[in-house]
Amino acid sequence: MTAVRCRHYWPVVAALAVMVQIQRPATATEATAVAPEPAATVSFDLVLEAERQRTETIAAASKAAVAIFAGAAGGGSGVLISPDGYALTNFHVVQPAGIAMQCGLNDGQLYDAVLVGLDPTGDLAVIKLLGRDDFPAAELADSDAVSIGDECFVIGNPFLLATDLRPSVSAGIVSGVHRYQFPAGTILEYADCLQVDAAINPGNSGGGLFDAAGRLIGINGRASFEKRGRINVGVGYAISSNQVRNFLGVLKGGRLADHATLGATVATSFDGRVVVSDILESSDAWRRGLRIDDEVVALAGRPVRSVNAFKNVLGTLPAGWRVPLVYRREGRPTEIVVELAGVHTTAMLADIISGGRGKPAPPGKPGEQPEPRPNPLAPKPEDLPEAIRPLYEPRLGFTNFHFNRVELERVAALITTGSSQAADEQAADQPNADRPAWTFRGRLEQGGRFEIELADQAASISLPTGVSRWEPVAAAAGLAAEAGFDASPPGSGGMLAALTLWRQLLLDGVAGNGRMIYWGQQPQAGAGGELVDVLELTSGAGRARFQVAASGTVVAVDFLLSPTAEPCELEFRFTAGQDNQQPTAMVVHHAGRRFATFLIEEASP
Amino acid sequence: MTCSVSPRPFVVLLLSGLVLLGWPPAVFAGDATEPGVYAARRVVKLYGAGGIRGLESYQTGILVSPTGHIVTALSTALDSEAIDCVLDDGRRYPARLLGADLTRELAVLEIDGENLPCFSLSTSTPRAAVGSRVLALSNLFGVAVGDERVSLQHGVIAACVPLRARRGAHEAAYRGDVYILDCTTNNPGSPGGCLTDWQGRLLGMLGKELRAEPSGIWLSYALPADELARGYEQVLSGKPPADPGAATAGDYDPRLLGLQLVPDLLDQTPAYVETVLPESAAATAGLEPDDLLVAVGDRTINSQRALRQELARLLPGDTVRLSLIRAGAIVTVVLGPLPARPEPATAEEPQ
Repeated sequence: MTAVRCRHYWPVVAALAVMVQIQRPATATEATAVAPEPAATVSFDLVLEAERQRTETIAAASKAAVAIFAGAAGGGSGVLISPDGYALTNFHVVQPAGIAMQCGLNDGQLYDAVLVGLDPTGDLAVIKLLGRDDFPAAELADSDAVSIGDECFVIGNPFLLATDLRPSVSAGIVSGVHRYQFPAGTILEYADCLQVDAAINPGNSGGGLFDAAGRLIGINGRASFEKRGRINVGVGYAISSNQVRNFLGVLKGGRLADHATLGATVATSFDGRVVVSDILESSDAWRRGLRIDDEVVALAGRPVRSVNAFKNVLGTLPAGWRVPLVYRREGRPTEIVVELAGVHTTAMLADIISGGRGKPAPPGKPGEQPEPRPNPLAPKPEDLPEAIRPLYEPRLGFTNFHFNRVELERVAALITTGSSQAADEQAADQPNADRPAWTFRGRLEQGGRFEIELADQAASISLPTGVSRWEPVAAAAGLAAEAGFDASPPGSGGMLAALTLWRQLLLDGVAGNGRMIYWGQQPQAGAGGELVDVLELTSGAGRARFQVAASGTVVAVDFLLSPTAEPCELEFRFTAGQDNQQPTAMVVHHAGRRFATFLIEEASP
Repeated sequence: MTCSVSPRPFVVLLLSGLVLLGWPPAVFAGDATEPGVYAARRVVKLYGAGGIRGLESYQTGILVSPTGHIVTALSTALDSEAIDCVLDDGRRYPARLLGADLTRELAVLEIDGENLPCFSLSTSTPRAAVGSRVLALSNLFGVAVGDERVSLQHGVIAACVPLRARRGAHEAAYRGDVYILDCTTNNPGSPGGCLTDWQGRLLGMLGKELRAEPSGIWLSYALPADELARGYEQVLSGKPPADPGAATAGDYDPRLLGLQLVPDLLDQTPAYVETVLPESAAATAGLEPDDLLVAVGDRTINSQRALRQELARLLPGDTVRLSLIRAGAIVTVVLGPLPARPEPATAEEPQ
């Protein structure tokens, strides 16, 4: 009966004058039920079987639980999500802990760990445990499939009890879904979070919330406290696994994540609609036509029926994502795609993580205040343990640039696998020589023929409306060059530049290019919600983002001539089953309109 | 706030009809999702007066008729001209206070609804057994707004015992049986929430944020459904409470005179009149809401507790001379004769 009693065992049972031991819960309930139950056919074996399953599920899930200790600064919990040691936790747990920390697992072993990425607004962090490539890892589930009333488990290190490194488990049910929790005196916003009555206490922060099957549905990090101080009152909150998934790329890439803003605020109108109450004229939404008093109907594919729903959707999205927005004006719905700006500047984020503003309460024991100390998130290398030193590289705008290199190399390897062997050999053999031009011929969907030629020294496009030619300055220097981009052909926003940069990426790769970073993940342009890796290149005033599918295929290029320009959004289309990067079509959008769809009939090489 | 209640015989008829329909409305198997959603559709979020720590402006209510009757905990949040009621689907209604059962500290509100999902109340609802698994639904911490669903918690009925509870100097008037729960339901916004079994059947109403009198521990308790039904019927019948409850032994409850004072939350809460019960000794003597009682006979009082103690010195049948401050002037009224105190209620045995 251990497991059943465990279900009923709460930290607040102290409040009970009489606690009746439930020796035989199934039969006891039947014998005294308030209304006749269906015939009492429930076998006691079923109860034992359910208990056995629960015990096994918890035992399996507990293996991925991480106990984080940060000395006098407190500590908290975490949860492993990959065999190579990546683990999730809260920003407010690692903020006092710093770049290097020690983590305990359920096997009783202590592991060195290094901070990888931070999302201060969303209270998330990714750390990497070192020393194994076979860490037990939790499976990230779809938190939108979670319902109120579902069974759930919290596994972590409440009150830092896990001095033997073995986690504590509390059980409960999901009390609410899609909750919005204001940044209460901090910048930590819990949007679209899960609410549970499983006990979440100080120290549980950063640990996993698991469903009945032992899959990870959230990261515990917050609870409602009131008159009894900082102990659980049956109201805890977890960051949803779907929000985690949206930010995981940014975090694993060692970046300092920022959250999205539409550049517009919404309010509930007198008749209950969600309408734009204010909008920045510098926002992409304004450029796409959104105005004050427009009714916001849906954002990023989710219906918006309240201000909270709007904040819920927005709060789970990283800055820089491009998402659909449906608004209604005079009864007519319009769908636009808007690029979401960041809430903070890089400098603001850097200030936040050094505790400059909105410093959250430490997760340590109630009443303990850490001494003022140097910012642990910007240590001197010599202060780091030897094992950590090669894994840490500071850079403005990044939590730990070392891991950006790691991700960049990973995606570069993917691209190499995906690109044709011939191109690789050619690049290797003749690094400085002119390489054969790439040519594409075919017809435009809207009528007429086109021809595109991409070479090291020049790119040209022939369209029914005329011929455009662009010669990159010092193109031989590759992607790193100040390329002197232009927006040709007219109306495309810089399609020739985008294609040239794409060709150079495929031929030269990303190696040794300081201007290329791993940006994170984004939903694939023009496709469903599947997340793909994104590389970002800045060159002069220009900026290009390359979407790289898991196969290594570059599926889209997003080129921006200058920070205030409208991007050239170029998507490649491929025939299903094709195993190289030879696109069969290209779709180009610019300034909210489709520029052209190029149906490729002939390509060389 | 007014406690006058217009008689509503048709509502009582309707209520009896619902009782005949039988009370188990639903049978669910498996996890808490289905009963939780079933119950959540019958729970409303209430917004009224307040907003300072310890006196929240929001709480929870339970729909008990398809035409919009709501039972909730009697609290200062309801002391407002405008009580907002938000249904599970986000529909918002203004709510009217029909009346209150001062003993059970429950209030009945009404909204202009039709065909609303609701629980049916019955005074013959059997008590749930100690050890029963229960679900608690409430507007805790106000985390759910608009069409967001109230919070669902789970727990076990740990005991069914007479309530002895207080908060500060405010003592719970109800001293009958309550369910003691092993989950924390005494959070801001939880009062008036609903307690069901895992079949979604109504077992009771979540109580107020009170501490156990003997231990000072915060109590998570619920008023059993049969008591809830009795209080509901009493409010709708418009009759004054049959048993005003016994105050602390030795004290005299001014409600026996028809005086409901403001909530006694402080060590020395001034004896301000909140409500005068109609057709009571206080009403006959002309007492009014907002009167501040300052003396009983020739003895001054500085708190509600002092008032209770002074009244206890009198004998049943005495007349009572009360001095009070009204609009800046001292007024003296004579009430009487003083009703006898009821015998202390004996605890009902759990069934």
